[in-house]
Amino acid sequence: MADAAASGSRKQRPLSPFVSIYRWPVTMLTSIVHRITGVGLAGGALLIAWWLIATAAGPGAYGTFAAVAGSWFGKLVLFGFTWALVFHLLSGIRHLVWDFGYGFEKNRAERIGTIIIALSVILTIAIWALVYFRGGAL
Amino acid sequence: MAAPKTSLRTPMAKVRGLGAAHRGTEHFVRQRVSAIGLVPLVLWFVWAVAAHAGATFTASEAFLSHPVNATLMLLLVLTGIYHAAIGIQVVIEDYIPSEGPRVALLLLNKFACVVVALACTLAILKLAL
Repeated sequence: MADAAASGSRKQRPLSPFVSIYRWPVTMLTSIVHRITGVGLAGGALLIAWWLIATAAGPGAYGTFAAVAGSWFGKLVLFGFTWALVFHLLSGIRHLVWDFGYGFEKNRAERIGTIIIALSVILTIAIWALVYFRGGAL
Repeated sequence: MAAPKTSLRTPMAKVRGLGAAHRGTEHFVRQRVSAIGLVPLVLWFVWAVAAHAGATFTASEAFLSHPVNATLMLLLVLTGIYHAAIGIQVVIEDYIPSEGPRVALLLLNKFACVVVALACTLAILKLAL
C-alpha cells in the first residue's frame, strides 16, 4: 500500500478514501474488532502463561502475579481480556457458521453483528458479577 | 488480461482448486479446526477461572495439580497458542508490505509462540506430575 510505495520503486500515488468517508456497516465493525481482539488475546495468552509459570515457580513468584492481577490496573486488563475473549468466541462461532454458507443475508448479518456486540458486553459483565457475588477475592 | 479459453490444467486440478503450488487451504482449515477445539476449552476455562478467581497460591497449585484440569489446561494452551500463531501470521502478512521486516516478524512470531507454548507446557507438567 502507501508504505510499500514509499520504500520501493513505485511512485507515491493518492489512495482513494475507503475507510473514512463511509458509515461503517456493523459487519465491517465486527470484522475489524474480531481481528483486534484476536491480536489482543495473543497478549492475553501471555497473562495465562505468567499465571502458570508463577504457580509452578512457587509462592514468591505467585505473590507478584497475584499483586499485579489484583491491582486496579490488573483488573482493568483482565476485564478487557474477558471481553475480548467473549467477543472473539461469539464472533468466531459466527465465522464458523459463515463458513457453512449461512447468515450472509445483508439484514441478518447486520442484526447478528449487533447482537454479538451487545451479548459480548452483557456476558462479560455477567461473568464479573458472578465472580463478585460469589464472594471471589477479586 | 482475458481468461484463456483453453488451459493446461487437468479438470481434477481445477476441481481441487489448489493452483500451481498444490496447496493453500491448510492454513484456512487449521485455523478453523483449532477454533472448533477452542470453543469448549474456552467455555471450560472461563467457568474454571470464574470459580477460582482471586485464588491463593495453594488453591491455584491444587487446581493445576488435578489431572483433569492439567489436561484441559494443556489442551487450551497448546491449541490457543497454535491458533494465535497462525492468526498473527495472517495479520503480519496483511499489514507489513516490505519483505525484510515481514519475514523477520513472521519468524519472531513463530519463535515467540514456541517459547511460550514450551514454558506453559513445562509449568503445567511440573505441577501435574
